[in-house]
Amino acid sequence: MILAKVVGTVVATRKDPRLVSSKLLIARPMDPKGKPEGHYLVAIDTVDAGFGETVLIVSGSSARMAAGLKDCPVDAAIVGIVDEIEIAD
Amino acid sequence: MQLGRVVGTVVLNNRNEALEGVKLLLVQPMSSAREPIGRVIVAADTVGAGTGEDVFFVRGKEASFPFYPTEVPADAGIVGIVDHWHIG
Repeated sequence: MILAKVVGTVVATRKDPRLVSSKLLIARPMDPKGKPEGHYLVAIDTVDAGFGETVLIVSGSSARMAAGLKDCPVDAAIVGIVDEIEIAD
Repeated sequence: MQLGRVVGTVVLNNRNEALEGVKLLLVQPMSSAREPIGRVIVAADTVGAGTGEDVFFVRGKEASFPFYPTEVPADAGIVGIVDHWHIG
């Protein structure tokens, strides 16, 4: 899983029927100290995350195992809102 | 599988229900020279690892296998704590 910051939303009227009523967010991956890294990605939100929040994203086929995403065509899902990151120096 | 070092923990209260009770640790992948390589990832822990320990972890869907038959949305998981390792 990776840490990311929510930086935007995606609105799509035409999409796969299994994605209807899911919330799509744009997230920017970051390191544990908050430095952005890598490319933006579109992820399905399962925890009601909001703009500016730090979230946990699961990628690949594991994303489908999140509650509510069974058999959905997704490869990235937001599965948690991060409250605290403790990192050893 | 890959070698890495646990460098911290992540705390989340608002989480997907399939992720309830799963311990999440920050892991820095390590090279053969014990240098950090690549990005720090968040991995599910099933072996009781702690900060500062060297571990090996799996990536991909296999990361959820230790929780079988429960389906856990994890794409990285610590599956062993390294006591010692050497090359050559």
